[in-house]
Amino acid sequence: MSLLTKSSFWTFHGGVHPECHKAMSTQRAIQTLPLPKQLIIPVQQHIGSPAELLVTVGDTVFKGQPIATMASQQLGATIHAPSSGTIEAIKKHNIPHPSALDGLCVVLRLDGDDDWGDYQPIAYADLDQYTNKQLLARIETAGLVGLGGAAFPSFVKLKNSSKKGIETLIINAAECEPYISCDDMLMRERADEIVKGLQVLLRLLQPTRCLIGIEDNKPEAIVAIKKATTPFDNVAVCAIPTLYPSGGEKQLIKILTNKEVPDGGIPFDIGMLCHNIATVYSLYNAVIKGEPLLSRVVTVTGDGVKQPQNIETLIGTPVSDLIKQAGGYTEKAQRLIMGGPMMGFTLPHDAIPVVKASNCFLIASVSALQQTKSPHALQAQMPCIRCGKCMVACPVNLLPQQLYWHTQAKDFEKVVAHHLSSCIECGCCDFVCPSHIPLVSYFRFAKSELRSQQLTLEKANISRERHEFQEFRRQREKEERAEKRLKHKAALQRKKASAKGKNPKADAIKAAMVRANAKKVARAAEAKANSVIKKNPQDEAKGES
Amino acid sequence: MQFKTDSSPFVGSVSHLGGVMRQVLYALIPAIIVMSYFYGWGILINIILAMIIAVSFEAVSLWLRQRPIKAFLSDYSAIVTAVLFALTLPPLVPWWILMVGLFFAIVIAKHLYGGLGYNPFNPAMVGFAVLIVSFPLEMSQWLHPRWEEGNLPNLWESLQIVFKGTHELYSQDQWDSMTMATPLDDMKTELRSHYFSEIIITDSYGWVSGRAWEWVSIAYLCGGLWLLYQKIIPWRIPVALLSALTCIALIVNLWEPDQHQTSLFYLFSGATMLGAFFIATDPVSAATTPRGQLIYGACIGFFIYIIRTWGNYPDAVAFSVLIMNMSVPMIDYFTQPRVLGAKREKS
Ligand code: SF4
Ligand code: SF4
Repeated sequence: MSLLTKSSFWTFHGGVHPECHKAMSTQRAIQTLPLPKQLIIPVQQHIGSPAELLVTVGDTVFKGQPIATMASQQLGATIHAPSSGTIEAIKKHNIPHPSALDGLCVVLRLDGDDDWGDYQPIAYADLDQYTNKQLLARIETAGLVGLGGAAFPSFVKLKNSSKKGIETLIINAAECEPYISCDDMLMRERADEIVKGLQVLLRLLQPTRCLIGIEDNKPEAIVAIKKATTPFDNVAVCAIPTLYPSGGEKQLIKILTNKEVPDGGIPFDIGMLCHNIATVYSLYNAVIKGEPLLSRVVTVTGDGVKQPQNIETLIGTPVSDLIKQAGGYTEKAQRLIMGGPMMGFTLPHDAIPVVKASNCFLIASVSALQQTKSPHALQAQMPCIRCGKCMVACPVNLLPQQLYWHTQAKDFEKVVAHHLSSCIECGCCDFVCPSHIPLVSYFRFAKSELRSQQLTLEKANISRERHEFQEFRRQREKEERAEKRLKHKAALQRKKASAKGKNPKADAIKAAMVRANAKKVARAAEAKANSVIKKNPQDEAKGES
Repeated sequence: MQFKTDSSPFVGSVSHLGGVMRQVLYALIPAIIVMSYFYGWGILINIILAMIIAVSFEAVSLWLRQRPIKAFLSDYSAIVTAVLFALTLPPLVPWWILMVGLFFAIVIAKHLYGGLGYNPFNPAMVGFAVLIVSFPLEMSQWLHPRWEEGNLPNLWESLQIVFKGTHELYSQDQWDSMTMATPLDDMKTELRSHYFSEIIITDSYGWVSGRAWEWVSIAYLCGGLWLLYQKIIPWRIPVALLSALTCIALIVNLWEPDQHQTSLFYLFSGATMLGAFFIATDPVSAATTPRGQLIYGACIGFFIYIIRTWGNYPDAVAFSVLIMNMSVPMIDYFTQPRVLGAKREKS
C-alpha cells in the first residue's frame, strides 16, 4: 500500500512549537512504585455518570475486585480495587478534575498482600479461540477507558465500531504536549505488549489499515514500534513532524489521512476510530492477561522534583507517594499540574489521587514553565491589537481575536456565531499572543456562561410550559364549568317549560315592558323640546338620560 | 504540600507588543533617511516634534482615563502613530498643525474610542484627514526636493520656519518659489491639458513618478518587504491593495490610453507604498480574517484610484483607509474562515 510507506504527511492549520522538555523524564526506565498504604479511588474516573458502589465501609476486597460498577445503559466504566485491603471510608474527597469539585471516593487501606483472591486473572493465550463478544466482554469488565486524558469508556467506543467495521484505525501516539513522556517510555519498553493489544483491536474492528502516529521527536519509540509491527502489513508507523497539537484527535486524523472529522462529529462518521497508545497497552492487559485496569504509567516531571521519571502506579495512589518516588520536591516546586503545560490544570495539593486519566504530574516553577527566550512572559495583559497571530496559530481555524472581542463585550450570540463550541482549548492562541491575553480562560468563561444560559433557558422553558399548561387547564375548567351551567340552565328551563304550558309571570313581565316603553317614548319627546330651548348639550344629555 | 492554582496554558508568549511596534519603526528608517536627504531638516523636525506631542497627549489621556501610563507608553503605539503621521506631512509645516493633527489622532480617534485596540479608525489617518480638510494650503506646500532651485534651509532656519513662520526669513514670493505641489497633484492638473506621455518626460518627473517621490516610495517598499519577511504584517493587505490599484489603472488606461496616469505612476507616487505597507496594515483598524484582508486591501486600492482620479484632494490614501475602516466589522463577520471539519459549501 503506497499510503503506508509514505514519509510525508498532510498538515492541519496552525499549531505551535513549545519547548518540549521531554528528555528530562526519559533518562530512567519506567519505575514501579512500592505498594502504598492507602488508596483513594474516585467512583467516577470516566466520561459519563458515576459508577454505583458495590462495597460498604469495613468490607475486605481482593485485588481486581469490582468496587463500583455502572448501572445498565449508563455511560461509564467499572472501577476495581487496585490491590487487596479493607474499605476504610467512603466519602467526598478532592479529585483531580478541572472543575476542582470534590468527588465521592472509596478509601482503601491496603493489607500489603496484593492478593488476587477469587479474582485471579485468566489469560487468553490464543485470540482465535474466542468470539468478538467474549473479547468485548473482557474489555467491559476490565473497566477500560481512553488513557490519553479524555477517559471515554473504551467498551462503548469499540462496541459500536466493531458492529459496523471501520476503514482506518488510528493509534494516537503523538504525545505532543511538552514534558509528558509516559507513552514514549511505554513504546520504548513494551512495544511487544502494545502490539498484542493492537492485535485485539485489529481482530475486533477489521480495519483496512492501521496508522500509528508518533511525533518525530521520539526516535527510540518509533524504532521500537516499527520493529514490533513488521509482521503486520496493514499497520504503518508514521513519524509525523513535531507540531503541537498534533495529538488532538481531529488534528492527527487530518495529518495522517487528510480527512476532516465533521464539525461536531466523531471519527467514526468518516469510517475511522482513534485510540491512544496507552489504551492499546491496557487492552493487552485486559484481554490477553485478563487483568482489569488497575494501574497506569504516569510521568512525574518538572524542575520541582529531584528525579523526574515515569512511574507505573496503582490507580488511587496519592500524588505525594509519586513525588517521594521521584526524589521529593526541590525548592522550585511552585505549581502542581495534572497533564501538560498547555492543557493541564493545577491541583491545590498533593493528597489528590492518581486516576485513570492521569498521564502526567508536572511540578515546576512558574518561570521554568515559560519559554527560555521569553523575557516578557510575565508582562501584564495588554489590549488586543488584532494582529491575527492567534488566528494563524489556531488548529481549528477559529478567529480567537473575534471570540475574545465578543466575549469581552458579553455578546454571546456573536460568540456562538464564531464557533466557540469548536474550540478545543489547546492554548495555541494564548501561546502566541503578543499582548499576553489569557484567551483560553476567556473562552472557558464564555463556554460556562453559555452553558448556564442554556440551563436557565431550559428552566425558563419548562416553567413557561408548566405555566401555560396551568393556564390552559384553568381555562378549560372554566369553560367546562360554564358549559355545565349553561346545560343546567337549559335543562331547568326546559323542565319548567314542560311543567307548565303557559307562564302567567311571563305575561305580567311583558305587560310591564310595554308600559315602560311607552313612558320612555314620552320622555324622549319632552327632552327634544327642551333641547331646542336650552341648546345645552350637557343638559340635553342629562335630560335624555 | 499546598500549591497555588491558575489555569492553562502555563506557557507564555515569546513575542511582545512593544517589540512588534518597534519593528515597524525600524522598517520606516530607510524612508526617513531618503526623505531627509531630499527635503532636509523639515522631515526630522516633523518626526521628533510629532513624537513629543503624541507621547504627551498619550500620557495625559492615559492619566485622565486612569490607566497605567508606563505600561501603555512602552507599547510604542503612540510613537508609531506619531511617526506615520509626521511622514504624511509636508516638511516645515507650522508646529500647531502637528498639534491639531495629533490631538485628533491620539485624543479623539484613539482614546475617546477606548484606547489602543479599540479605535475603529486609523489614528494617524484621522489626524491627516482633519488637517487636509481644514488646512489644505499648508498641507500641500512641499519644498522643492534637493538639486532644484538652490539650497534647502539649514537646521536653524528650519526651526525658525516651524516655530515662527516663514515671513521672518523669506518674502512670500521667495517662499512660494521654494515650494511646489507634489508630482501627484501637479500631474492631475497637467492632465487636463496634456497627454500623460508628454508630462512624464518633463524634468521634474524622474523616471517614473516624480524625482524624489519614486525614491521615497522605494524606501517604503523596502521597509514593507522587511516587515513581511519578519511576519509583522500580513501579506494579504498590501498585495491586494497594490494589485487592485495596478489592475484598475491598467484597465482604465486600455480604455482611454494616455489620458490617465499609468499603473506604475500610481504605485510609486504619493503615499501608495506608505499606505499599502504601513497604514492599511495597522492591525487594530484593519480587517482581520484572511479573506477579509484581501477584500479590505483591494477596496482600499480601488478607492485610492477613484479618489485620486476624480476626487478633490491631492492624495487619497487617508480617505480610502478611513472608508474601509468603517466596513471592517461587517467584512470580518462575513469572511470567517471555515472551521476544521465544517462543510465546504458553507465556508
Ligand atoms: S494574538 Fe493576541 S493581540 Fe493578536 S489578535 Fe490575537 S488576541 Fe489579539
Ligand atoms: S484554544 Fe481554542 S481558539 Fe485558541 S487556538 Fe486552541 S482551538 Fe483555537
